[in-house]
Amino acid sequence: MSENEPLLSVQNMEKHFPVTKGLFKRQVGAVKAVDGISFEVFKGETLGLVGESGCGKSTTGRLVTRLLEPTAGKIVFEGEDISHMSQGRLRPLRRDMQMIFQDPYSSLNPRHTVGAIVGAPFRIQGVKTENGVKKAVQDILELVGLSPEHYNRYPHEFSGGQRQRIGIARTLALKPKLIIADEPVSALDVSIQAQVVNLLEDLQKELDLTYVVIAHDLSVVRHISDRVAVMYLGKIVEIADRKRLYSAPMHPYTNALMSAVPVPDPKVRRDRERIRLKGDVPSPLNPPPACRFHTRCWKAQEICKKVEPPLAEMVGGHQVACHFPENAPEVPTAESAAKTG
Amino acid sequence: MSFLDVKDLKIHFPTDDGLVKSVDGLSFGVERGKTLGIVGESGSGKSVTSQSILGLHKGGRARLSGEIWLDGEELIEASTEHVRSLRGKKMAMIFQDPLSSMHPYYTVGQQIIEAYRIHNDVSKQVARKHAIDMLGRVGIPEPAKRVDSYPHEFSGGMRQRAMIAMALSCDPELLIADEPTTALDVTVQAQILDLMRDLQREFNSALIIITHDLGVVAELSDDILVMYGGKCVEYGTAEDVFYRPEHPYTWGLLGSMPRLDREPTERLLPIKGSPPSLINVPPGCAFHPRCPYAERTGDRATTEVPALAETEGGHLVRCHMSREERRGLWENEIKPVLETQ
Ligand SMILES: Nc1ncnc2c1ncn2[C@@H]1O[C@H](COP(=O)(O)OP(=O)(O)OP(=O)(O)O)[C@@H](O)[C@H]1O
Ligand SMILES: Nc1ncnc2c1ncn2[C@@H]1O[C@H](COP(=O)(O)OP(=O)(O)OP(=O)(O)O)[C@@H](O)[C@H]1O
Ligand code: SF4
Ligand code: SF4
Ligand SMILES: [Mg+2]
Ligand SMILES: [Mg+2]
Repeated sequence: MSENEPLLSVQNMEKHFPVTKGLFKRQVGAVKAVDGISFEVFKGETLGLVGESGCGKSTTGRLVTRLLEPTAGKIVFEGEDISHMSQGRLRPLRRDMQMIFQDPYSSLNPRHTVGAIVGAPFRIQGVKTENGVKKAVQDILELVGLSPEHYNRYPHEFSGGQRQRIGIARTLALKPKLIIADEPVSALDVSIQAQVVNLLEDLQKELDLTYVVIAHDLSVVRHISDRVAVMYLGKIVEIADRKRLYSAPMHPYTNALMSAVPVPDPKVRRDRERIRLKGDVPSPLNPPPACRFHTRCWKAQEICKKVEPPLAEMVGGHQVACHFPENAPEVPTAESAAKTG
Repeated sequence: MSFLDVKDLKIHFPTDDGLVKSVDGLSFGVERGKTLGIVGESGSGKSVTSQSILGLHKGGRARLSGEIWLDGEELIEASTEHVRSLRGKKMAMIFQDPLSSMHPYYTVGQQIIEAYRIHNDVSKQVARKHAIDMLGRVGIPEPAKRVDSYPHEFSGGMRQRAMIAMALSCDPELLIADEPTTALDVTVQAQILDLMRDLQREFNSALIIITHDLGVVAELSDDILVMYGGKCVEYGTAEDVFYRPEHPYTWGLLGSMPRLDREPTERLLPIKGSPPSLINVPPGCAFHPRCPYAERTGDRATTEVPALAETEGGHLVRCHMSREERRGLWENEIKPVLETQ
């Protein structure tokens, strides 16, 4: 798949939110929500984006769908630079890029019927449909496992999982190429989560969709993704295909994250050696210098506080930003040297 | 009789829409030094159960019946004042959202000091020293300084720790933790779970942990109670429930959950449909509309509430299928599929 042109390409993207004070809104600092990240998303794949609360996952999603404008860097969608495109010029592109939100309760207008909600994109974009909007909407409802009879009902008449299906139906209306799903299942019960995860996977196959799935749950992300990027305090610290990332994580933070996930097996808890991080995630207002993870990292050395480790490719597509990565190959292979060079 | 012994507990709320049978005939026990995990979907009655032990539904709309014995004393018939006087020293609770149980206008220290002095006849100085001690114990850095902070000045993880310090300050004999880590990041969750386990060992208290996360239950529990629609559907040791589960709902929970400790499957195995309404609980077996094996139990599934019956050595299951049939299904159909995960 790396042969193809990427569908989405992000280069050194930044978003700094100004922090102001006083009557005259003097700027006294900035929240470095996203602070120079680069990644690509290829057609037909699912890229997972994980990391703890506040690390910049949602901001990343809002930037690439251009609900926000980046402070710096470049966002290229289908070969076109959309970083600073005006809302007017973005409008036709909005058909191709859709976002699914976390909260199936607040993201649907309670006063609109399911038909109006799912049909809205057709009307807003002025799209002609073969047998009318109603038929098109009913087809989509069936596709996401709802019934066409639900057309005239209101969101409050549905359960959480069904509401998330309505949200998904709405994003599918205009047959987007890229879907950014921000915590699509975290508000749902486990049994319902599984239904929605399966639905997303089925739709991907059927409609040839490309996904960026944002989630804090590492198990869900592993299940659904082809490649996974790990974020910490506004930076991508590691990115790799899922098999590599989960079987041989290289960044100490990724290792700590995985070892912190509780294992649903009572035998395992008794003799599991775990990495325990000290403290909480530092504030993105004043992130630690150089390697941002050094305040919590058990491997930190002097250099980690002085020199920022770049996100560099170690082996076959596995990129990591760390001076002393775990699970590192002894010597760089010719293949990886050629690729990074 | 166990240290905490709950017998046939019923908690029903009359509402405009009808009678909500939040908890409908629940029995369980917990010994000192042991941990009971309560799992189940949203709305299955987990929180209402724990609140009623603390007497939080006394004098309200709720219709309570049954018996709650704590250290030989019955609490449902006891006066509200008496049950309130037991809070803190005899039993304490950790809530999901620390902000809701901490007062925003008092410092963290003031709140711990006050709680401590209700049950201990000591000077403010002594209580303050105790508060600093407790904050240090739960891993708050620089406790002598942070004791004078307000709750909003703490991060989510620190607040949760402060609440644990508050709950443990009087060395309660029964500690109930309702989703104590749901709002926290996974690395912080791991710290809190370790902390609760260590403190429980040290104080030899009885612990009830309520969660929808099977990983968290497996980490902490000796015994597990699975709730569905206000009733217990399966009860046993952690090993019973994870290695020899016999209820179709428990199987469904296990199949819905992607796991980091196993190879990923192609598809998750969700439970179809959604959780029942507690006003119109399905007749017969409440799980029958979602149960793939409902046909095997014929008319009984829809007409007769199955009894919670012992299958072996204290392992209880509420299902009309015979023990042999359930075990056969688990061994031959369910377990092989789950283990290829
Ligand atoms: N509009 C805004 N103005 C100021 N700061 C913001 C704004 N939006 C986000 N932030 C800050 O940027 C940081 C990243 O936020 P973001 O929502 O992207 O995190 P996240 O990784 O999605 O976290 P979560 O898992 O909690 O959803 C946070 O510190 C947040 O407080
Ligand atoms: N004061 C009340 N009046 C009426 N119904 C109530 C009241 N408190 C709780 N309920 C209902 O009782 C049921 C059980 O609620 P409970 O809070 O125990 O669920 P839970 O298992 O803790 O769910 P969750 O996982 O979402 O926290 C729910 O259907 C709820 O709506
Ligand atoms: S660069 Fe240093 S501090 Fe940062 S993750 Fe690597 S070892 Fe830890
Ligand atoms: S009694 Fe019937 S419907 Fe209920 S769980 Fe057992 S098999 Fe399923
Ligand atoms: Mg977010
Ligand atoms: Mg609850």
